[in-house]
Amino acid sequence: MSNSPGYAELSVNGLWKNNAALVQLLGLCPLLAVSGTVVNALGLGLATIFVLICSNTAVSLIRNVVADAVRLPAFVMIIASFTTCISLLMQAYAYELYQILGIFIPLIVTNCAILGRADAFASKNPLLPSMYDGFIMGLGFALVLVLLGAMRELAGTGALFADMHLLFGAGAEHWKVTVFADYPGFIVAVVPPGAFLFAGLLIALKNIIDARIKAREEARKTKPVSGSKRVRVTGTIR
Amino acid sequence: MSLHQVTSPHLTRAGDTGSVMRHVLLATLPGIATLTYLFGWGTVINILWACLLAAAMEAGVMHLRGRPAMFYLKDCSAMVTAVLLAIALPPYAPWWLLVVGVGFSILVAKHLYGGMGYNPFNPAMVGYVVLLISFPVEMTQWAAPIGSVADQPDTLGPLSALLANFSFLSSEPVDAFTMATPLEVFKQNNALMTEELWANVPQFGWLGGYGWEWVNMAFLLGGVYLLRKRIFTWHAPLAMLASLGVMALLFYDGGSSQSLGSPFFHWFSGATMLGAFFIVTDPVSSAVSNKGRLYYGAGVGVLVFLIRSFGNYPDAIAFAVLLMNFAAPLIDHYTLPRTYGHARESER
Repeated sequence: MSNSPGYAELSVNGLWKNNAALVQLLGLCPLLAVSGTVVNALGLGLATIFVLICSNTAVSLIRNVVADAVRLPAFVMIIASFTTCISLLMQAYAYELYQILGIFIPLIVTNCAILGRADAFASKNPLLPSMYDGFIMGLGFALVLVLLGAMRELAGTGALFADMHLLFGAGAEHWKVTVFADYPGFIVAVVPPGAFLFAGLLIALKNIIDARIKAREEARKTKPVSGSKRVRVTGTIR
Repeated sequence: MSLHQVTSPHLTRAGDTGSVMRHVLLATLPGIATLTYLFGWGTVINILWACLLAAAMEAGVMHLRGRPAMFYLKDCSAMVTAVLLAIALPPYAPWWLLVVGVGFSILVAKHLYGGMGYNPFNPAMVGYVVLLISFPVEMTQWAAPIGSVADQPDTLGPLSALLANFSFLSSEPVDAFTMATPLEVFKQNNALMTEELWANVPQFGWLGGYGWEWVNMAFLLGGVYLLRKRIFTWHAPLAMLASLGVMALLFYDGGSSQSLGSPFFHWFSGATMLGAFFIVTDPVSSAVSNKGRLYYGAGVGVLVFLIRSFGNYPDAIAFAVLLMNFAAPLIDHYTLPRTYGHARESER
């Protein structure tokens, strides 16, 4: 297909305009369940990026071979294979984190953001744009996940980047930053209802920024023309 | 002789929000007085501090939303929320506990949902549940009521009570004179028959927990006053108390060590009466029709008993009310009253 969107447009879409987590509200289950700390969020975010890139690549490669009627089962099979890969990889290299994330690693299969991209983009576009779309969509999802994890960890425990050695090895053990010393701990931020609260606040923040941008553009458009003005004499007067 | 003709409306006094809310505030006074008598000045300080916070937050939000702040402050709805939350908190609660609680009540549960009249959940109960989940230690430190323990520490004069609340001002540890609430003791008990429990443990009094029966009586009194003033109808509170009593009766086993408590214990312990007359009757978050309110209140009563008996938390009014708030729109859907002049369902 020759009229696939350019990379700049894909980036804007994936990171902001059509963000999987904030705008499409896809993949909310992992988003809300594992965003309790930065390390959990980052772990699942990276795993999701990996699966999304690989599945988009594979789907794009087979897009002219698989019949339309059976495309969804085929996509799910592909996504499930890559999810198995990442779960085996995590068992090998980040076993403790794998145990903490638990069921949510296998559940990447059901993340509708992934199936959505496979069906809406990768099955209609050539290889390179599909790979890039997978990467940028996954990145947009992972960024929101990490941001949410940071907000909840900070509000819940008063510290940031605890237990980062689960992901980055023993050298990262002292990365923990205690922001508020002597913090009583705000448990609501860590339990699932807190995820809804903070995700809602993030979505509200994005909507406010969008509204501001729109208002500014409107203001720029309607700026009066300086200098001489001509009176319009043709057409109908309303 | 002139015949004085008066046209409608014939109501001489408009029941605006402000007057309703002021009646509710007035009706909490007996309960507040009893709590103060039993637990010292902590409750009063809680209430004053919460009202101050609520007024400031309400005014701030109204300013941000571009509405007239004084108009909304005058209807006292923020005050009612603050007072109800402050009553539910342990006396001598640390100052920041109230900041978080009132903040969640006013900012999140009330104004993020659209403000007065639009909140699907009771704001005071949202604030309470957030605190209960987040700070279980601070939320369960109730002082021992006066007269229940022999070597009673001083009841704290107003000034030292103030210092206890704002604990960064004083070095005196507050938790030295707290004890578990009766509901908690009753729940943890596995060894003693109910009669022995009553005889041996200082937390138990005449009907329910020591002192708590008087607190509940006082709130019952306030509730009867509001009922007489027709601030709300009898449906929701009565249905709640009735269903709580029926549940307790069904599960009553004559007072063994595994007993879940008699109806009287459930009626006169914890926050039952406060819940029945001041929380369940919230016109915004409860069901709308009288029939709907019966179902709504009954649901709260059943849930209170179930959560008290089989849940993890000792008292359950807040959780039960929030769960039934979820269900209120559904109840409204199925209890739509017949419009006057239209046929009944069966006659169509």
